[in-house]
Amino acid sequence: MGAHLPQIDLLDVTDLACLRGGRSVFRSVSFRLCGGDVLIVEGPNGSGKTSLLRLLAGLLVPAAGTISISTEGTQIADREEHRAFTGWLGHHDGVKPQLTPRETLQFFAQLHRTAAKDISLLLEAVGLTGAADFPCQYLSAGQKRRLALARLILCSRPLWLLDEPLASLDASGKSLLLEFLRDHLAAGGIAVIATHDPLDIGAARLHLA
Amino acid sequence: MSAFAALLARDVRLATRAGGSAMLALAFFATVVTLVPFGIGSEARLLARIAGGVLWVAAVLANLLALDRLFQADYEDGSLDLLALSPLSFEGIAAAKITAHWLTTGLPLTIVSPVLALLLNLPVDAYVALVASLLIGTPAVSAIGGVAAALTLSIRRGGLLLPLLVLPLLTPVVIFGAGAVLARLDGIENGAIWLLAAFSVAAVLLAPFVAAAALRLNLSE
Repeated sequence: MGAHLPQIDLLDVTDLACLRGGRSVFRSVSFRLCGGDVLIVEGPNGSGKTSLLRLLAGLLVPAAGTISISTEGTQIADREEHRAFTGWLGHHDGVKPQLTPRETLQFFAQLHRTAAKDISLLLEAVGLTGAADFPCQYLSAGQKRRLALARLILCSRPLWLLDEPLASLDASGKSLLLEFLRDHLAAGGIAVIATHDPLDIGAARLHLA
Repeated sequence: MSAFAALLARDVRLATRAGGSAMLALAFFATVVTLVPFGIGSEARLLARIAGGVLWVAAVLANLLALDRLFQADYEDGSLDLLALSPLSFEGIAAAKITAHWLTTGLPLTIVSPVLALLLNLPVDAYVALVASLLIGTPAVSAIGGVAAALTLSIRRGGLLLPLLVLPLLTPVVIFGAGAVLARLDGIENGAIWLLAAFSVAAVLLAPFVAAAALRLNLSE
């Protein structure tokens, strides 16, 4: 679906430190992920799970340490370039109440210059066919989450950063997410997931204190 | 459709849908202008004399209404993160949103201004000067306002700070814009419209870069 970026061979994080509002959130965080790997980030509230994801996305500047993405033999250390690899499922859904789910996905397809023809299929896959043409303000929290999930698939980025992806999803939504995640990993993608909920997937774990 | 056009189209759509800012700004503009004769009386010659200034001040204030949510709405609901991760640069995001703001406020205000000028007894031969000055000047209002909106993005109640930042910077626009209308009334040539055009071109060209720097700063905080 859409223009595929090259898969990431190696995501190398070394001695990462994060400052928020002058306060040290975490430091000396290091890990390496290869294509097909998934990392689950755990830790109490305020331990910096979301900050770590924002750092990996290139949205935040690290206080110390490096994040480097290797793809097709070249190393990319530039923060702004990392953004092009990131598929983001954030704490907020980024759904406009005035737009319908179909319009929302059409907008992101145009923004990312991906094919818009699969949108009906995608809406069906996440179970939003019936709600596709009603403004998103009438969607439930779980339905908005499903729409955000559809957008994640639509953007087809190699590095998925998921912040509490299971929040407000029902049982079928959760298994849908797992199914998408397995497909993504099988295709050589990487995922870093901040979550409190147990995820039924073989994953490395990183515990932030 | 390019990424820039996609964001522009989305923002125009959001502003013109129910609850959007476009009709709100237009209604505010009309209300303020209609209120003026009630305040200062109906002396026709006085109204004609101040019409240009009143319309310009009302247009600037109406523009402010839609400005504080320009980036803040996207910031609060997470859309700005998604835009930042899209192929569009911050400069592109700022330029698209400023353009959409002008298309949904500055342009409609300009189009209805002759009707309101009629209420203020502005002589018909000054209409061209009025419409031309609004057409040339309102892009500068959107551009400078866009910079301030990007700066106040992460501030709670930033909408209250925004007018304090924007209004002093827009003083030249009001002086030259209203000056161009007065010059036409007095039958003189004072070059106000050219100064307005120069100011507007500079503001529109520079604003996306300044706003982008402010967005980068606010998002990485």
